[in-house]
Amino acid sequence: MAVYLKGFLIACQGIPTTIWVSLVAIVIGAGFGLVVALCNQSANKPLHYIAKVYVDVVRGTPMLVQALVMAYGVPQLLQSMGSGFKWPDLVIPAIIVCGCNSAAYMSEVIRSGIQAVDKGQMEAARSLGMSKGMAMKLIIIPQAIRIILPAFCNEFVTLIKETSVLGYVGVVEILRHGQLWNSSSFETFPAYIGVAIAYMILTIPLSKIINGYERKMSKKEAAR
Amino acid sequence: MSMIEVKGLKKSFGDLEVLKGIDQDVEKGEVLCIIGPSGSGKSTMIRCINHLEKPTAGEIYLDGELITEENIDKIRTKMGMVFQSFNLFPHKSVLENLTIGPMNVKGVKQEEAEKKAHKLLKRVGLSDKANEFPRNLSGGQQQRVAIARALAMDPEVILFDEPTSALDPEMVGEVLDVMKALANEGMTMIVVTHEMGFAKEVADKVIFMDGGYIVEEGAPKDVIGNPQQPRTQDFLSKVLV
Repeated sequence: MAVYLKGFLIACQGIPTTIWVSLVAIVIGAGFGLVVALCNQSANKPLHYIAKVYVDVVRGTPMLVQALVMAYGVPQLLQSMGSGFKWPDLVIPAIIVCGCNSAAYMSEVIRSGIQAVDKGQMEAARSLGMSKGMAMKLIIIPQAIRIILPAFCNEFVTLIKETSVLGYVGVVEILRHGQLWNSSSFETFPAYIGVAIAYMILTIPLSKIINGYERKMSKKEAAR
Repeated sequence: MSMIEVKGLKKSFGDLEVLKGIDQDVEKGEVLCIIGPSGSGKSTMIRCINHLEKPTAGEIYLDGELITEENIDKIRTKMGMVFQSFNLFPHKSVLENLTIGPMNVKGVKQEEAEKKAHKLLKRVGLSDKANEFPRNLSGGQQQRVAIARALAMDPEVILFDEPTSALDPEMVGEVLDVMKALANEGMTMIVVTHEMGFAKEVADKVIFMDGGYIVEEGAPKDVIGNPQQPRTQDFLSKVLV
């Protein structure tokens, strides 16, 4: 039993890194995702297409590949062009990749949220003399956020799990801690079970909170 | 000069021409009721007046000023609108529904905006609902809040797009009463309605629309009481039971 506890505790050493990488990435993802969503819905054709291509490229490739390109590919390319570029810390490309990856998924979530707000809301806001931007900010986006909050939290849960690929680009997060201990102790089963439990204590409470919120919201809807 | 002038207004959706040339003036203090069958272009006309639908052709003036894409936000502050489906902001309290426009669009201070909002709520008989959320109100109450929201901007004219059509029958009266009171106070109003009793009692002028044209217009006692055009007669014989 002690060996399982050890495996779990070692995996837990990666929790702070996993959490803060995920948190920074989801903040980037939400902010950048909103920009992508607004570009996607924009009447400006070039902006619309750039956003579409961006979403297709990110969703069409595995995050591990994106991480390898950003962490190792980009420095090699720049170096071959004669620059001395090197990431000061590999956690930087890791966060960039997670944030940009999440932005593509978030933009779709945000877009569906904005479209789910009744069209009369925009008309009512405009009829009070609000500009389109002001109506978005004061009327549409606050309502869209309520609609997308569960999907947003689900994206956060997904992101926490996805950060497990970052071990391959030099970030020592939960999985990497387990792997390192495994290679020195050969306690393979306890090591990876410990890793699994460490992820679960992050993701399962979050999922429960989301479910609770969704139940509360659907009750509210039913009460209307 | 009329307060609102509509000149040669046409509107098409794709190949479908909904408005085929509308000319109409509305004077200050006048109540204009627009009646007609579904699909006759009544709602499209009223929505074109504040450019919620962009006219395909023609011009609309408010106080002699041509309405364009550039000045529309400013124009709309003087032109309130009440919708069939209320369109209150569900994430805002009743009070905030009334203050959000004045505070953000006109830069009115919060305290002043709230004072005015309370006055308006009293006027529509909903003083006790200031802190409720729209979902807790009946349809009739929501529509009265929507009227108060339009009034909060101090508009020169209010456009009503079938304000009672989405209401349960027993709530129509309370909304019409508020509108009657407004009309008596001299508010300029353009009302798309199926309430012939209201039109007859309150309107200064009634226009009957069909097929994208104004078929008949005049005083309510003439248009509703003694219509001359066969299409008007036919329509009224169906709605006046």
